[in-house]
Amino acid sequence: MKQISKAFDRLKALDHVDFEVDAGEVHCLLGENGAGKSTLMNILYGLYHADAGEIYIHGKAVHIANPKIAQQYHIGMVHQHFMLIESMTVLQNIILGNEAGRFAIDYAENRSRIDELERLYHFDFDLDKPISVLSVGEKQRVEIFKALYRGADFVILDEPTAVLTPQEVDVLFRILNDMRKQGKIIIFITHKLHETMMLSDRVTVLRNGKVVGSLRTEDATPKMLATMMVGHAIDFDIVKSTFKPGKPVLELRQLKVLAASHATISLQVRQGEIYGIAGVDGNGQQELESILAGTSRPLSGRIIFNGEDITAMPAAKRKAKGIALIPSDRLQNAILPGMPIIDNYLLGFQNSRIFSHFGILRLSVLKEHADNMVRQYSIKISALDQPISQLSGGNQQKIVFSREAGLDPLLLVAVQPVRGLDIGAIDAIHRQLLQLRDNGKAILLISTELSEIMEMSDTIGVLYKGELNAERKAGEVTIEQLGLFMAGGRPE
Amino acid sequence: MKKMATMTFVVNILMMTFRLAVPIALASIGVSISERAGIINLGIEGIMLFGALGGVVGSYVFSNAWMGILLALITGIAIGLLYALFVLKFEANQSVIGIGLNIIASGLTVVIVKFIWKKEGISGIVTQMSTYSVSVLRNIPVIGAFFTDQSPFILLTLLIALACSYGMWRTKIGLRLQAIGENPLAAATAGIPVARYRTGAIVVSSSLAALGGAYLSVVHSNLFVSNMVAGRGFIAIAANILGGWNPMGSLLASLLFAFAQALRFQFSAVHFPDQISQIIPYVITLLVLVGVGRKTRAPAKLGVLE
Amino acid sequence: MTRNRKYLEDAGFSFVAILLSFLLVAVIMLILGYDPVEAYGALFEGAFGSSYSLSLTLSKSVPLIFVGLAVGFALQGGLFNIGGEGQIYIGGFVAAIAGLLLPHAIPALIALPVAVLSGMAGGFLWGGAIGLIKAKLNINEVIVAIMMNYIAQLMTSYFVNGPFMAAKSMTPQTEILPLNLQLPKIIPNTQLTTSLYIALIMCVLYGFVMKRTVFGFEVKAMGNNMHAAATGGIYVARNTVLIMALSGALAAMAGIFEVFGTYGRFIDGFSSGIGFTGIAIAFIGQSTPVGIILASLLFGSLQAGAMQMSMMAGISANIDKVIQGLVIVFIATPNIIIFAFRKRRS
Repeated sequence: MKQISKAFDRLKALDHVDFEVDAGEVHCLLGENGAGKSTLMNILYGLYHADAGEIYIHGKAVHIANPKIAQQYHIGMVHQHFMLIESMTVLQNIILGNEAGRFAIDYAENRSRIDELERLYHFDFDLDKPISVLSVGEKQRVEIFKALYRGADFVILDEPTAVLTPQEVDVLFRILNDMRKQGKIIIFITHKLHETMMLSDRVTVLRNGKVVGSLRTEDATPKMLATMMVGHAIDFDIVKSTFKPGKPVLELRQLKVLAASHATISLQVRQGEIYGIAGVDGNGQQELESILAGTSRPLSGRIIFNGEDITAMPAAKRKAKGIALIPSDRLQNAILPGMPIIDNYLLGFQNSRIFSHFGILRLSVLKEHADNMVRQYSIKISALDQPISQLSGGNQQKIVFSREAGLDPLLLVAVQPVRGLDIGAIDAIHRQLLQLRDNGKAILLISTELSEIMEMSDTIGVLYKGELNAERKAGEVTIEQLGLFMAGGRPE
Repeated sequence: MKKMATMTFVVNILMMTFRLAVPIALASIGVSISERAGIINLGIEGIMLFGALGGVVGSYVFSNAWMGILLALITGIAIGLLYALFVLKFEANQSVIGIGLNIIASGLTVVIVKFIWKKEGISGIVTQMSTYSVSVLRNIPVIGAFFTDQSPFILLTLLIALACSYGMWRTKIGLRLQAIGENPLAAATAGIPVARYRTGAIVVSSSLAALGGAYLSVVHSNLFVSNMVAGRGFIAIAANILGGWNPMGSLLASLLFAFAQALRFQFSAVHFPDQISQIIPYVITLLVLVGVGRKTRAPAKLGVLE
Repeated sequence: MTRNRKYLEDAGFSFVAILLSFLLVAVIMLILGYDPVEAYGALFEGAFGSSYSLSLTLSKSVPLIFVGLAVGFALQGGLFNIGGEGQIYIGGFVAAIAGLLLPHAIPALIALPVAVLSGMAGGFLWGGAIGLIKAKLNINEVIVAIMMNYIAQLMTSYFVNGPFMAAKSMTPQTEILPLNLQLPKIIPNTQLTTSLYIALIMCVLYGFVMKRTVFGFEVKAMGNNMHAAATGGIYVARNTVLIMALSGALAAMAGIFEVFGTYGRFIDGFSSGIGFTGIAIAFIGQSTPVGIILASLLFGSLQAGAMQMSMMAGISANIDKVIQGLVIVFIATPNIIIFAFRKRRS
């Protein structure tokens, strides 16, 4: 791919990018969130169109107008968010777009073709299961199989390990090695350094839409790559002050969030403590989040806050009691996109006596508070009137954070607080979390990023299929042990 | 003797139900197709009205009801293409644009009627579709009624339902259409030309609705009256929900609602107040929706373009 | 982009939508052989040509303001109230019956508000039912509302053709309301009554609620992002019912004041689609009080002038519905206007 440029509105996603892949190699496309990696590959797959630049395959110039043409050039892509039809079966998902038969679908023919390919790559699917019942790892395997079934020689994988346990990652790497042996070319998009080091032959680093460098992996070190990704030397160490917990603020007593098993969660979060809940996405984090928020009820068990049983308390009252929440899905649950920034500061607090009297809003108080927060947290905005959707993800999250933390809560529940943010914003939010901890606040941090959990937490719990199956003090556990717990292993 | 009378009574209600079901069923089958592709069209009522107008105009000009049907089909295709343009290319708000279409239809049809017949709200009498009978079959009890003095539309509707059902569940086109409604992005990455399929679905759905409207004006009767569709377009949408986004289901649900309408005619025959008997179909539609609506499952990305 | 710039942009969209609709209708007129200049001229004269025309325009605008507020209010909460037509009939009817049945001894100062409030209660329930069905069963509110429109119209029609029909009348209508309950006319011998003032007061109230109250904020939040609103402690289900109910009450006011002001009685089928026009008004007016007033004036003038236009140019008065529908289509498709402007620029 030569000199590829692409802009979305005024945002330049790719700026004269050159990207080359050779036969028989595993090539890593490395960069921070928002660097342009997915955009570049989506252009290769025909989902986006480049504004400028050309693509050459085996030396011939090609024009990839849509995924069908990409497939004709033997390009396949496994997206970060799976392109699967939940309500249809594995079989239907695999054959979609390539069904055998003229008008009517020849299911027998399809099945025999799939069987052949399954044997070649050591896959084994139950073809008639609906996708919705498969595990995340299984779904990803279907996605990979789909690409192979469509005749891909180039296979692009976009952040494939984001949703896998360490053990499932091993399975994935084994499959990728099988594919490499069959002569496939693998392009692997990631922001994780250790994967890049482990898996790839060559790595290209993107930053802010530009290529920073391209080198053989054996010539690179993590520090080198990190510097290339960010543009300046990274201070990997965050200094945490000593752990001085106070009395318990939040207690979960045998809280049942998932229906499936006898699994319950029991834990305590104290003042001045960051309790980190690790786990692979889909093990009950979302349910736990909405139960803590007050938008849904647990199947059984109690939530005790400051000695008070708040299990049945509706969301509206919890904020007033001092429970703040940073939701995992910012766009869906935390902000009002089309509304001005100042209105977003009101969300969740519209009934508090600070901002309203007998149902009438005290707009001047709100404005003053918003001004203070923006200044205190150094958030870059043009005006309080501005629709919040115009801000960058990082600035939006800062507003959410300042809104929740700014009114002196007792407990802050932070779910995936830095997902999708650039390193600068991640650093700022992490420092603010630590500041809150040092000020004696209790923080429950729920995250699927193990590195974040290990870096920030004082106490770590692991969530597996709705159960807190392990709890350790931060310094007393390794990443491998956590990985085992996350996959269902139990402490002896 | 009494047995014969009840038998005749039942057969009459049955045939009336089928006749009344045709416009609703045609429109509803169309709705199931376009909604499976993920497109909402609340303007079905308006398209049916335009189809009804097309029917009388065609029949008036050529003194032949089938020409009216043809004109209605052309109208349906044209409106379908326009709707596809607005919704797919210009990303119109699907819940709102249909309402606008209905209002345009209710006004424009009357304007055109006045233009042609110089009367406000009611057209002149036009050539109605002739009925047919199959002499061999007409004497069979019960089934014979299907072949005695009926328009070909009842059988036509049944055939369309069967064809669309086969198409939806057994063919490549059907599978891809369903995929588009469930996850259009996944369908796109599978190489399916989503916009093309959607346009096709919209045009088919629009044509069927127009056909249903034309049935009302030149088959079921022989003239056009303002707002003669009287909510059937919305009942068709309800029938689609009840039928589970499924051509055969739409047909069966339409029969149910048509039965409610047939009941209304029985009631008014017994000197029941006219308005109260007219209410029956709407009340039943509402009750059915409320009773069953919660248990239904629409295509996952209905109304979402990406 | 600040708030003011957004207002201007929105107003610009509405203006272009109106312009395009009028242009398209002119084209339709040409195709059919009518003279658009003559037609629009007659329209203008019928709406603004004399002081009587002006009063007619204003009086036609009044019910539109109420329905516009009703639809606009629901829209801000992310809900679509298509049930305006039914709420108008229910409100007008209940209020009329209350007015007729209340003992004449009760002074108008009490009887009139009681009657009005009963009508509003009827609209409140009629709209609230839609909200309840939507909140509890998640059934699309459009079909439910349309069914309820037909039911309301047929039910009130039955009553007014039968038990409540005026004794010596040939047409389906109730007895005439006691004179002390009917609203006084602002300009004598016209249809314009003090209901105009009430409509304007409601606009002010609406603006205040939306801008400065907690409830108004909650409504806007729901319309902007339902999930975030719920996470932010807003009782979404309860508010859905409340919003639709209040919207119903507002729409009902259109019917009530037509009955108590313009006509002095409940006439079968008196609303010629006011409920649907309200939708166009809310959209053009971008759900703001000023916008709704202006849009109501526009459509009020259309209705006032349509008769004249029909007489002079020969085209059916229903052409105003075509304009309404086109306006809705264009506002629902903002991209087409952007597209047209971009083409002009390049």
